[in-house]
Amino acid sequence: MFITLCALMTSATAEAVTAERQTELRNLVHQDCGSCHGMRLTGGLGPALTPQALQGKNHEFLFVTISEGRHGTPMPPWRMLLTEQDINWIVDYLKTPEARP
Amino acid sequence: MRPFFAATLALIFVTGAMATELRGTGDLGVVVERADGKLLVVEHSGNSRLAEIEGLGDLSHASVVFSRDQRYAYVFGRDGGLTKVDILKGRIVNRVMQSGNSIGGAISQDGKWVAVSNYEPGGVRVFDAATLEMVADVPAEYAPGKFSKTVGLVDAPGNQFVFSLYDGDQIWLMDMMDPRKPRIKRFENIGRAPYDALVTPDGRYYIAGLFGEDSMALLDLWHPEKGVQKILKGYAEHDDKLPVYKMPHLEGWAIAGNKAFVPAVGHHKVIVVDTDKWQILDEIDVHGQPIFVMARPDGRQIWVNYAHPDNDTLQVIDAESHQIIKTLKPGKAVLHMEFTPRGENVWVSVRDDDRIDVYDTSTLERVKSLPALKPSGIFFTNRAHEIGL
Repeated sequence: MFITLCALMTSATAEAVTAERQTELRNLVHQDCGSCHGMRLTGGLGPALTPQALQGKNHEFLFVTISEGRHGTPMPPWRMLLTEQDINWIVDYLKTPEARP
Repeated sequence: MRPFFAATLALIFVTGAMATELRGTGDLGVVVERADGKLLVVEHSGNSRLAEIEGLGDLSHASVVFSRDQRYAYVFGRDGGLTKVDILKGRIVNRVMQSGNSIGGAISQDGKWVAVSNYEPGGVRVFDAATLEMVADVPAEYAPGKFSKTVGLVDAPGNQFVFSLYDGDQIWLMDMMDPRKPRIKRFENIGRAPYDALVTPDGRYYIAGLFGEDSMALLDLWHPEKGVQKILKGYAEHDDKLPVYKMPHLEGWAIAGNKAFVPAVGHHKVIVVDTDKWQILDEIDVHGQPIFVMARPDGRQIWVNYAHPDNDTLQVIDAESHQIIKTLKPGKAVLHMEFTPRGENVWVSVRDDDRIDVYDTSTLERVKSLPALKPSGIFFTNRAHEIGL
């Protein structure tokens, strides 16, 4: 499963996420992920998702966490609701939000 | 010129009179505009907005309790801010940053103490309701050097506060007889990962929802010596668990007669519970993962909203037959509902459409919409006189 996902990731990274979708994803990250991680992503019932908090966690780890969830925690799998492109965009956004328009 | 001058004078007179006109606060409330850290003061006699208050910090997941005179709102922000707001004057009276990350709070039975439930540092802090001076700091140390996020903080009769330890699997009962030295009674191993809790409207039962298992933890506050008992064990266990994209809230405990309606976790169901025997009476299939399951004040209807991605929907359940009598689609991201004190209307926040909708609960038709920026919680002042709210 992990290998398949990695393969999907690399193939998907190059594909662009439309500006409209980016707006939706930004809203999703802050408003919906924010219901556990805080609207400013400073943490809540779930851990903080600020760039500092995510230092040392690589793209693959974060991709799999979002896609598959974390067993034994409330983090749900998002693969039914998000495409690989969406998840890649979110991981990049979380790690370097200032680099995004 | 003369008519203009007279009109201006008349206007000044009217404005001045309005500013000093006496009014009660029983039909007032506040709406959290979470993206901008703002609070709207609203009234539900004419369904209108009265004032906007800025400067309340990070209001994601903000909640509110009221002073017993129904004049002041205490607002608990995610950033640890505790703000006291004068809703009559529409301004902030006092504000303290009391922790790094908080989730909610409660006001004591005697109205003198405001307690805040914190994630970071994990624990509960208690403040003087008049001055916001901290009177007690209670770290939730559940094992040596280990501190838990605290959830489900409520007031209870006997000037007590009750809360749960999300990481510590415990319930703590805190007696405020001596507010500077609260006495704590701990209940351990109550079940895995309590995520929220409530107290029944009569103040007798404290019930924590468990994320880590299909059951709930019940503490009878009339008989704390009996300890915590597990109820509803293995509810909906015949179904596969579904992903939960938002934690349910238990604050709006829906009790209608001797039946309670509670959200299942990981199942698109509302569980109907017999509150005499604490046994399951029925499971109602609903549109998504329930978040708030709330009874109209007369107990005849149950209103339910849902987690992402089903949060465009509201359903109304008949409390007697358990049938869904209406499915409404108010708009994008229906976050919260609040009934007027006697239940003729319900206010609904539609976050991503930047709107508050008011529904007539007998016709189930929308009667009014008010603009609000990313509205979340709606809180009416009648909560001041409700145990646990």
